[in-house]
Amino acid sequence: MQRVKISGFGGQGIITSSFIVGKAVSIFDGKCAAMTQDYGPEARGGSCSSQVVIDDKEVDYPLVDESDILIAMSQEGYDKYLPRLIDGGTLCFDADLVGKTQNHSRINAKGIPATRIAEQLGKKIVANIVILGFATAQTGFATVQAMKSSIEETVPEKFLDLNIKAFDIGYNYKEE
Amino acid sequence: MFKPSKLHGEFFMQGDIACAEGALAAGCRFLGGYPITPATEVAERMAYRLPILDGVFIQFEDEIASIAGVLGASWAGVKALTSTSGPGISLMNENIGLGMMMETPCVIVNVQRAGPSTGLPTTFAQSDIMQARFGSHGDYGVIALAPKSPQEMFDLTITAFNYSEKYRMPVFVLADAVVGHMTEKVIIPPVEELEIFERVYTTKKPGDYKPYELDGKNVPDFAKAGDGYRFHTTGLTHDERGYPIMTEETQWKCVPRLMEKISKHVDDIVLLEERDTEDADVIVIAYGITSRTVLPAIAMAREKGIKVGLLRPITIWPFPEKRITELAKKVQGFVVPEINMGQYVLEVDRVAGKYVPVKSIPHPGGGFHKFDDIVKAIEEVAHG
Repeated sequence: MQRVKISGFGGQGIITSSFIVGKAVSIFDGKCAAMTQDYGPEARGGSCSSQVVIDDKEVDYPLVDESDILIAMSQEGYDKYLPRLIDGGTLCFDADLVGKTQNHSRINAKGIPATRIAEQLGKKIVANIVILGFATAQTGFATVQAMKSSIEETVPEKFLDLNIKAFDIGYNYKEE
Repeated sequence: MFKPSKLHGEFFMQGDIACAEGALAAGCRFLGGYPITPATEVAERMAYRLPILDGVFIQFEDEIASIAGVLGASWAGVKALTSTSGPGISLMNENIGLGMMMETPCVIVNVQRAGPSTGLPTTFAQSDIMQARFGSHGDYGVIALAPKSPQEMFDLTITAFNYSEKYRMPVFVLADAVVGHMTEKVIIPPVEELEIFERVYTTKKPGDYKPYELDGKNVPDFAKAGDGYRFHTTGLTHDERGYPIMTEETQWKCVPRLMEKISKHVDDIVLLEERDTEDADVIVIAYGITSRTVLPAIAMAREKGIKVGLLRPITIWPFPEKRITELAKKVQGFVVPEINMGQYVLEVDRVAGKYVPVKSIPHPGGGFHKFDDIVKAIEEVAHG
């Protein structure tokens, strides 16, 4: 079982990111996934989080109290959920947006300037796809083909090429 | 994006949306409603899908009007749905009673959030269990089903429509905000593979037809609006012609049957899931989302050597009295965690309490039970 927490701001596609992972796993990888999301009066810019539980069998407990994988796209999300990442868990964070990092010795921490890469691609909005590509490479929570199929069925058709490109760059990114 | 009436296959779908798709698959072509968190997505999906399927979506001015519209649509011959949360049910209860008295098929989805009053709008609870049973005034039987997953939001909405048509009454889907907002794989079979109970229409000619004539059955036949039948129906105590006859004698004919049409068919209506109950010493009774969130605690108790089983009432009402009595005669006790301050446990205690201890684990809503609290309760029951 893998419990994935994704955190950031409203408007970054945090919930879409969980949807893409959950759909990749459950529809295209033949495993099971349960996705839930924080549901509050969050507007664009406010903090936002969502989570997916991945399992080979039906997911019993669909919530994520502590996670095996944390994707952090904001300082607030990093600060809030890092203490709930298990020892030996994997953290993928946007290295530009998370400026103040803590000691990472108990976990496997990987940074990527996802938002900067997305801006270079011309659309800041695909930063979540960049970091999903990166997280796929770091954790293997879903297969590449499943993630791409899921992205294909989720994003608007006219932005598909851009999103696939964003995913590939994230997937192939090597931390400096 | 969708090929309307042909929506089938595997989807990664939110519970509320699966509920709407279940309604459509059952043949529902009307939704009357008023948006409310956490049920809004049901209406949102129906607003998008119904016009494509030649159905009608109406957002009414409030919940009272919404359920009135649903009852009217049903009498016009259309399967009808409304979706709301506890505060909306509170407003609908007057006309829910009217639907029960006039024997009007429809489905009412309550995606429960924590109350009382506006409570915790964006979080969850299971605190409308007794509201579903006794919400409107007077005596009537109730059917309520509790889904535990988006898949069951689809499946049980169809079952709810089938029961509503078969027993001619409003039927509740008692979901909760977690199941409603959770997204999981939902398998939608081709519509021709679904078992759909269609409304039973009278074969009598206009003039011979009486709307509440039973002909030896528990449930009267419908007449199709627009086919030339002229009849009367009312919330007042009525005879088989549907006319108000306000006497004790008519009340005896009219009201007990509203309960008997359920109580005589409990075995047909009650759906249960059991896990490890055969050899169990302690049985956890949990429904809806709680039936999933207690599983890790049950596994912990089993690791400690306690034989624990899970009984999940899929049908909340009518109460699964027969099975719980059977189990009460052979286990050491029951543990009933629910996200309310102890509602369903009252019925469990009524039935099982005379045989063995029944332990309530209440929770006011907005969160889940702690595993340790459940394990502790299981241990207490197991060790006397």
